[in-house]
Amino acid sequence: MDTALLFENATVLLPEIVLAVGVMVLMMVDIGLRKQNESGTLAALAIAILVLGMGASLLIWGRPPAEYLGGAVSDGFALSVRLVVLIAGIFGVLLSRNFLPSIERQGGAFYSLLILAVIGMMLMGTATNLIVLFIALEIFSLALYILSGFHRENPRSIEAAMKYFLLGAFASTFFVYGAALLYGAGGSTSYVQIHETLSSGGGNRSLVLPGIALLLVGFGFKVSLVPFHMWTPDVYQGAPTPVTAFMSVGTKAAAFAGFLRVMMVALPSLYEQWAAPLAILAVLTMTVGNLTALRQSSVKRMLAYSSVAHAGTILIALVAATPAATSAAAFYLFAYAFMNIGAFGVVIVLEGRGEGDVEQDRFNGLGTRYPSLAVAMAVFMLSLSGIPPLAGFFGKFLIFKAAVEADLAWLAVIGVLNSAISAYYYLRVVAAMFFREAEGEITCNCGPAINFSLAVTTIAVVVIGLQPGLWADLLRGL
Amino acid sequence: MDFAWLVFLFPALGALINLFAGARLGERGIHSVASGAVALSFLVSVGMFFGLSGLDEHHRAVTVHLWDWISVGSFHAPAAMLIDPLSVTMALAVTGVGALIHIYAGGYMHGEQNYQRFFVYLNFFILAMLVLVLSDNFVGMFVGWEGVGLASYLLIGFYFDRYDESYGHYADAGKKAFLVNRIGDFGMMVAVFLIWTGVGSVVFEEVFAGAGALSTGAATAVCLLLLLAATGKSAQLPLFVWLPDAMAGPTPVSALIHAATMVTAGIYMIARTYVLWGLAPLAGDVAAWVGALTALLAASIALTQVDLKKILAYSTISQLGFMMLGVGVGAYAFAIFHLVTHAFFKALLFLAAGNVMHGLPGGELDIRKMGNLRAKMPTTHKLFLIGAAALAGLPLLSGFFSKDGILLHASNHNILLYLIGLFTALLTAFYSFRAVFMTFWGEARDEHVHEHAHESPAVMTAPLWVLAVLALVGGALNLPFLLTMEHYLEAAVGKPAFHAAVPLELVLLAVSAVVALAGAGLAYGRYVQGAKDETGAPRGAGWAAGITGVFRPLEQGAANKWYVDEVYAALIVNPLLGLARWFDRVVDEGVVDGAVNLVGHVSLAMGGALRKVHNGLVPTYALSLFVGVAVLLLYLVFGL
Repeated sequence: MDTALLFENATVLLPEIVLAVGVMVLMMVDIGLRKQNESGTLAALAIAILVLGMGASLLIWGRPPAEYLGGAVSDGFALSVRLVVLIAGIFGVLLSRNFLPSIERQGGAFYSLLILAVIGMMLMGTATNLIVLFIALEIFSLALYILSGFHRENPRSIEAAMKYFLLGAFASTFFVYGAALLYGAGGSTSYVQIHETLSSGGGNRSLVLPGIALLLVGFGFKVSLVPFHMWTPDVYQGAPTPVTAFMSVGTKAAAFAGFLRVMMVALPSLYEQWAAPLAILAVLTMTVGNLTALRQSSVKRMLAYSSVAHAGTILIALVAATPAATSAAAFYLFAYAFMNIGAFGVVIVLEGRGEGDVEQDRFNGLGTRYPSLAVAMAVFMLSLSGIPPLAGFFGKFLIFKAAVEADLAWLAVIGVLNSAISAYYYLRVVAAMFFREAEGEITCNCGPAINFSLAVTTIAVVVIGLQPGLWADLLRGL
Repeated sequence: MDFAWLVFLFPALGALINLFAGARLGERGIHSVASGAVALSFLVSVGMFFGLSGLDEHHRAVTVHLWDWISVGSFHAPAAMLIDPLSVTMALAVTGVGALIHIYAGGYMHGEQNYQRFFVYLNFFILAMLVLVLSDNFVGMFVGWEGVGLASYLLIGFYFDRYDESYGHYADAGKKAFLVNRIGDFGMMVAVFLIWTGVGSVVFEEVFAGAGALSTGAATAVCLLLLLAATGKSAQLPLFVWLPDAMAGPTPVSALIHAATMVTAGIYMIARTYVLWGLAPLAGDVAAWVGALTALLAASIALTQVDLKKILAYSTISQLGFMMLGVGVGAYAFAIFHLVTHAFFKALLFLAAGNVMHGLPGGELDIRKMGNLRAKMPTTHKLFLIGAAALAGLPLLSGFFSKDGILLHASNHNILLYLIGLFTALLTAFYSFRAVFMTFWGEARDEHVHEHAHESPAVMTAPLWVLAVLALVGGALNLPFLLTMEHYLEAAVGKPAFHAAVPLELVLLAVSAVVALAGAGLAYGRYVQGAKDETGAPRGAGWAAGITGVFRPLEQGAANKWYVDEVYAALIVNPLLGLARWFDRVVDEGVVDGAVNLVGHVSLAMGGALRKVHNGLVPTYALSLFVGVAVLLLYLVFGL
């Protein structure tokens, strides 16, 4: 191979390269700082690296789409996903400040794993090749398995890591098997070539559908579609909350990005076959997620089931499979990043230093004790339930609109009904904050980093809602 | 009209100032800021009214573009105001009645713990309501729609720590209101999607201009979905159940939100979209029947209630039913007219009831414990009497003309609708005066209550006099044969298809007058004349007792609100909760219990986790994954 090819269009992966170099620097600095307990410095460095990565993404933003070695592409969608993942990463670092002793002891490991996960997630959005896709998936999954178990004093955290790892490995095998079958069917690992082969009637068609089925399982696991969602509440609840906040957004963005691209670039010729089962999965996921969330008393578990329901809503975009639907999905993920991380941020504040969980009762009377915190949480809850004019409403609105345009009005109706159900459990938190008396003292684990994160996320949720057009223009679909 | 956006600015500023600086302002400061904001908003609305009146009659619709709000692909929703006779009428009613109620609330809420929060919510409500009525597109209207819902939720639950037999937990009442309304919102959202796909726009003017593109079926679907939304917000069958419970909120809130303004949003919305309803006669019929039946059902329940505010709540539902009947039969201008007069007299009644509650020990609302309060509260008695007379539709008062206009159109549409309406009017007059007589006349039935009763301060009676005058002479807005308001609104809601012949109109006016007087007379006979029983409750004169006795078998049903709540609980709420419980048990509980057991294994953390892995849960999860794979494979590969 001509080595010059290695450098041609390498700017496509500039943000990933910047972060990869950054991780190495971070590790070296960590070694240099050994035994000095300097997690603050490391966190600042991690933020700097992520901001540099964001700068690199913005640098290549305006350029025409280019492909690197037939494996990664820089188009508007890839860049939108990068933006979401980087935002999740930055907040992940900010929220983890002064939270867990083990993070403070081993800041270097924590932050480099987090950035590695970010790299994998970003790569997932750019992959145009099954092998790159699988590598990206494994990069961020492995990092997340370890991050979930980072609270080593808490058995629940370790349990979460073990469960996530075992089930994730199980799902990965399906995924890689599906990819192999698709390779067999299409004669290539490149999406574009698979599409060309299949749409011209060539290839081994008997392998295609089993390939799709197995691939769906892999993706379904990562984005928590019912019935592949069972790990979600356990892992979200058990993992350290900053990690939960980060992965709930990052994983969803990355996995949906990969999912949308594979299905719409490599397999559009089989739309008829895969759209129907995905529609059923979307309905199942929204309904089971919302109904189960109704009965949760742990806020982290409630948010976990809520994230399952949100995955079902985003899946509607894939069922519609139009350019408008994919940009709606990008917008949804962008809005979801702020409101969901914000909600977990409030949980972190109430949780104290790494206690592991927050029951709903803890929110009682928050409105009187900490009004600004309560207002922020109310904004997140109302946005998650899709009340206008907050960010979450427009995410839902754009997706349902895309579905109606694609003649899937019935799916949009079920989506709207589900968001009506979801109002119940989001509102219960609001009611607890404003309509209940506090029992005992509310301890508040505030710090500059977390206050800053909550302020930014709250403002973002409101601003995105008031000026959705601006962001919808910025975020591109396929 | 460049100044029109100020109408939003004042309540927004009022809410923000009180939110951030309220603690330093003190009660007087908070009250002045909040009332002043709404009063200024009212002045802006007056300005809009005159600005509009200066225009040519046929061009009275001004769009004020504020900013490009959403613009995604071919989808545009500006943040813009549509100022036309309909929206100005609504804005005047909202800010005018709103300002009076703000002033009153300063006295009513005096000394309350959450005084500041109350006025922040109240100003926020005014803002949201103005967004609702002044937006020039469906999305903007929906924002206001949800905003007023949120404000209503927060205000109903204002006394969240209270509990009593009449309302249960007050906080639950707010939740019920919000959730029931979400069902309606669902209809609204789907309707907007259908409109957008059918016409390609959500801006009112463009939608109505392009409405011809909708097939009758599509227009009917859209209108029925809008009707669902309206039944939620305007408390109609089948979604009216939240409004009586909403009386758990402070009385000024009941007056402002749950009588005069927010609950009329559904009526406004239908009048606003009258072009679509013209394409869907079936949906109009459904609306008319929903309205008529709601009016009848709610009036029958109002006959038996003993809680003064609940009587008024059911009366509101019933009157909203009249308005729904009006829009259903195409009498949009009369429905809006009734909306406005109803805002006057119902706000008056609620605030007068608030005075009663305020003046009695323990905020008593049970009319069985009242009686002869006119001796102690002469002013409030006069005010309440004026409100009740207007509500009853006594001749020449405001409620008489507006209700009659609706009945007139109903008679042309379907004589059955007219008869239901007329019978409801009889019930209305009866329950209105029952409330007056039981509360203010007769003998004091509870000495303790009567002894401690006192009249309210001037801040709580002066605004009521303004409303009382409006309730008395509000009919002059649209006198028969002069038709000023109807004519004014025609620019926005179209001319009615039907014009009654003068003799028919006169006959129906006379019938309505007789019915109203008969209802009032019957109440007098039943509750004032005749002997008293041992508790001092009137037994009624022989003739009146005879007539009302006919309906005795129905009394039990009406007193229990026709068991609607119970039926909903059995059919909808419990099955849904059951399903949730089932998911919870099957999917979740084992895990939680398992995790709790696990906490005992802290010392063997790793070992505990591994044991957990072996105790059946991870294999269960893997099994679920595997079943998913199998089903997908079966479906995709074998086409099963």
